[in-house]
Amino acid sequence: MADRGLTISADVDAAIRRHGEETYPNECCGALVGRGDRVTDVAPLPNTTDEGPRRRFLVRPSDYREAERRAGELGGELLGFYHSHPDHPARPSQYDLDHAWPTFAYVIVSVASASAKDMTVWFLKEDRSSFDEGTLHHGENTHSDAAPAVHR
Amino acid sequence: MAKILIPTPLRPYTDKQDAVDAAGATVGELLADLTRKHGGLKAHLFNDQGKLRSFVNIYVNDEDIRYLQKEQTPVAASDTVSIIPSVAGGVETVIAPGSPKPRSGEGGPTLSNDEIKRYSRHLIMPEVGVDGQLKLKAAKVLCIGAGGLGSPVAMYLAAAGVGTIGLVDFDVVDFSNLQRQILHGTPDVGRSKLASAKDRLNALNPEIQIDTYETALSSENALQLFEPYDVIVDGTDNFPTRYLVNDACVLLGKPNAYGSIFRFEGQASVFALREGPCYRCLYPEPPPPGLVPSCAEGGVLGVLPGIIGVIQATETIKLILGVGEPLVGRFLIFDALRMKFRELKLRKDPDCPVCGTHPTVKHLIDYDQFCGVTPAQAAHTASTPVNNATELTALELKARLDRGDKLRIVDVREPNEYQINRIAGSVLIPLGEVPRRYQELDPEEELVMQCKSGARSARAADFLRSVGFKKVLNLRGGILDWIDKVDPSQPKY
Repeated sequence: MADRGLTISADVDAAIRRHGEETYPNECCGALVGRGDRVTDVAPLPNTTDEGPRRRFLVRPSDYREAERRAGELGGELLGFYHSHPDHPARPSQYDLDHAWPTFAYVIVSVASASAKDMTVWFLKEDRSSFDEGTLHHGENTHSDAAPAVHR
Repeated sequence: MAKILIPTPLRPYTDKQDAVDAAGATVGELLADLTRKHGGLKAHLFNDQGKLRSFVNIYVNDEDIRYLQKEQTPVAASDTVSIIPSVAGGVETVIAPGSPKPRSGEGGPTLSNDEIKRYSRHLIMPEVGVDGQLKLKAAKVLCIGAGGLGSPVAMYLAAAGVGTIGLVDFDVVDFSNLQRQILHGTPDVGRSKLASAKDRLNALNPEIQIDTYETALSSENALQLFEPYDVIVDGTDNFPTRYLVNDACVLLGKPNAYGSIFRFEGQASVFALREGPCYRCLYPEPPPPGLVPSCAEGGVLGVLPGIIGVIQATETIKLILGVGEPLVGRFLIFDALRMKFRELKLRKDPDCPVCGTHPTVKHLIDYDQFCGVTPAQAAHTASTPVNNATELTALELKARLDRGDKLRIVDVREPNEYQINRIAGSVLIPLGEVPRRYQELDPEEELVMQCKSGARSARAADFLRSVGFKKVLNLRGGILDWIDKVDPSQPKY
């Protein structure tokens, strides 16, 4: 588990960074769609937290269902979620750990002063005690019209 | 028997099936059967207390069971039960990102049997529990000042089991501290406050670590001192240090549990959390020097720091535990005479020079200069040469009186201070009454203005010169210096 990897296309990488910068100083969140360990699309989701979007994000059950549905439409599966840490390092917090789902990839992008910096990927350990950091690979774009596949 | 839909992340535990059948007449029974058949699911659906985790949503058809009968919701064979994730996360409130989850059991930090006994009243509270107590144990809190506010703060944090408490102070215990600074006792008079505090806190709780920094907090050392700590508690009694603590907290992104006290009134708030305001959003500029008297000048009710310090300690513990609503964006004002709390709403100022959107203060500055405190005022009893035109020292005053010079000594303190000690022959005109009573004074006479330490009397002297008095001197160091140098028989306060 410890050396699990995740491959993201350049478009996916750019879309996550852009989303984090747009929502700064609030947190952004969205779904990662693809197959196996390869993310081909992202689906930005509304941050519905009522605990203050500067340090929390929440994907409601209805949006989660929507993300699964969209993953199916795109011919892929839901691989996990991404979110931003405004002005904080791209490391999972205790709160992230307390709310993590197994097997999902959690991509975190650090956004400092409205500019996206580090991006990391994390997987929950089976005993829920902590996260394992995965390796983020940058792959080729899988389809030339990838940009429109970034849904709002 | 009903069908349960399994979300993507849990399918590895159901042999990749997206729907499985389970037996039971209620949701609770179905889930029990499900986790019996697919053991790996249990830890992800239920917490250590066997309750459904908050981010696990169970729907019967399209209804959330929270709005039905929860786990007692009946299920018919034709119903479809769905497990639907909420996905949540975010940055830390207090504990450093990436710090390992404190867990009872294997690997992580634990509580000894002694600690379990000591903290038992915490451990049985659901809001604290073992996990919360371990958070307290892992937490590091820095108290600026081991005096009136620092005493109750440090004592309650130590008793509560905060694992590391840092104290910054450079003072020595004085008799005049004992009326409120309950860290220190009568035998400690003359000792360093830090040595006294460390003994007291270790006696209270030997399980914790006390770090002492015998130094004056300054722009040079503040960032380095604060860095290892999760929460900073401001127990200072002067404006330069208060602005310094605020700015350092904002620059480092550390919460500032703020409190201040004067006579019967206290204030408290939590500043410098990223989403909340800082002290400068409330007070962008310090008051003119001398306008707001310190406790040494104006006095303070002994129990008042107890009340305000305990509020600071409470907020610190809430931040560490991540429970409740922190005192962020709210400014609490306590009036002991009326026994009333008032709360003002505070907003983060987007134009704040430190925490606003375009900050102009990006590193620590000279706070004495910012607050208009000149080195001479900061140490007006120091041995810098006296300006003979406007000031004289206690020894000079004594020499002139002995010589038979005709001098009028005007004491501008309050009547209750005058009751404690005075220079023989002085007249009392409290500073606030000088503007309407100065005509009682003879402009032809040479006047010596005097107060406790020389600050108020300097302002009275300035006022008198402004209305035409020519022969006005200020007694440097006030009656305190007079007692030290000339008349040690009188009490000091």
